[in-house]
Amino acid sequence: MKHLLSVDDLATEEILGLFETAADMHDVQSREVKKLPALRGRTVVNMFFEDSTRTRSSFEIAGKWLSADVINVSAKGSSTSKGESLRDTVLTVCAMGVDGLVIRHPASGAALQVSQWVDASVVNAGDGMHEHPTQALLDAYTLQRHLGSLDGRHVAIIGDLTHSRVFRSNVQCLTRLGARVTVVAPPTLMPSGIGPWSAAAGFETSYDLDEVLRGAGTHDDVDAVMMLRVQRERMSGAFFPSPREYTVGYGLTRDRLSLLAPDVPICHPGPMNRGLEIAADAADAAQSVVLEQVSSGLAIRMAVLYHLLAGDLQGGTA
Amino acid sequence: MPATEQTGPERGDRTVLDARDISRALTRISHELLERNKGATDLVLLGLHTRGVPLAKRIADKIAAVEGAPVAVGELDVTMYRDDLRSQPTRRAHKTALPPGGIDRKVVVLVDDVLFSGRTIRAALDALADLGRPSAVRLAVLVDRGHRELPIRADHVGKNLPSALAERVSVRLAEVDGSDEVTIS
Repeated sequence: MKHLLSVDDLATEEILGLFETAADMHDVQSREVKKLPALRGRTVVNMFFEDSTRTRSSFEIAGKWLSADVINVSAKGSSTSKGESLRDTVLTVCAMGVDGLVIRHPASGAALQVSQWVDASVVNAGDGMHEHPTQALLDAYTLQRHLGSLDGRHVAIIGDLTHSRVFRSNVQCLTRLGARVTVVAPPTLMPSGIGPWSAAAGFETSYDLDEVLRGAGTHDDVDAVMMLRVQRERMSGAFFPSPREYTVGYGLTRDRLSLLAPDVPICHPGPMNRGLEIAADAADAAQSVVLEQVSSGLAIRMAVLYHLLAGDLQGGTA
Repeated sequence: MPATEQTGPERGDRTVLDARDISRALTRISHELLERNKGATDLVLLGLHTRGVPLAKRIADKIAAVEGAPVAVGELDVTMYRDDLRSQPTRRAHKTALPPGGIDRKVVVLVDDVLFSGRTIRAALDALADLGRPSAVRLAVLVDRGHRELPIRADHVGKNLPSALAERVSVRLAEVDGSDEVTIS
């Protein structure tokens, strides 16, 4: 494994291998000395061309706990704001002897493009509306810790599918691990062309959240619920009449929470729009795993950096 | 662990310890540990992955049978601390599990199958330093085959097995490999 650009790059065994490593890394968080020497002497650069709190700090801490030197570069305050091209910025940073490049960029495919320019290992930390592989890995890892195996389990993904890279990566990851996925969105936020894709990839689509949560119609009971953020910053048009109307149709409200069994985990990749896609009752419920996703994310990102950067960089993964 | 090849018995393999020899060696090590430590209080056995883990459990069982009380036992993975980490393809890490009481102010006994270059034990000592501060660290191994590359020695040895560098010493344990045997080839 040289880069992590897409969940699609990972074989099922590699995903499960990352989960095993992540489980070991999880233990480090409870130690007094939160430090492993595995990446001593390696340099990791976080290049974030979009705002981020949890992903960037999570990659930063993950790198630091593995003893790598971590540097953050953000678009604001970098040469990019002076008009430098992405290629020049990336090549300049890599000329400083960087081993790992964690990149988030608003353009879909940016991470893949960058990986073709540089020798460093590239980790896609979100490219536009395309993919966010470490988020999918940490979501699946969190669910696996709650549900045991994901094989045959039914996961509902609800929200702004059109603009969601989290959804795109998650569908691939969950179906690869044997889960049954139903995606729910209002028609305006259902990606165009999802019909042939869902048929090929083997997941279901629905416009009716209540029916899915109730396990009615053709749907059976859900084993996990994954809410997505309504991404106002990516919305150029009017996708729903009002926030209130979105909440009524597709928000995880107190009423909908009562349709779920008390042990059904509720995920949200954050940041949450409380009161819009998720009510406070659901976000703070005992079955909400939102904060656990954050600590899982740290473990997964440690595992990813370890697998990409710990061994012989010329040799790849055994 | 470079000294433990996971090959089955082949022609040309010479068995140096069979299942009963291994059991006797572990029994002796258990008694030595008890004698040296004057009992099992504050003793923590940490097995090194892969085959040190079942060995530590066996020694703990034997000590518990003698003392009539359970002994703290855990497992230690040193992958991240190895000095050859970056000269090889990425190795899969294993679980590190300390007993509930931790290792602070305890006598930690590292347990491994084969003592060879000493580099695994060097890594284990570094790993221990990140996990706590034992009052003492001892080393128990089933086989000492010589060829040390670092100033490290074992406190308790099942069998000293002088070997040539080119020879392979293979430890097979029932928990991992299905049967108990130490061979040299």
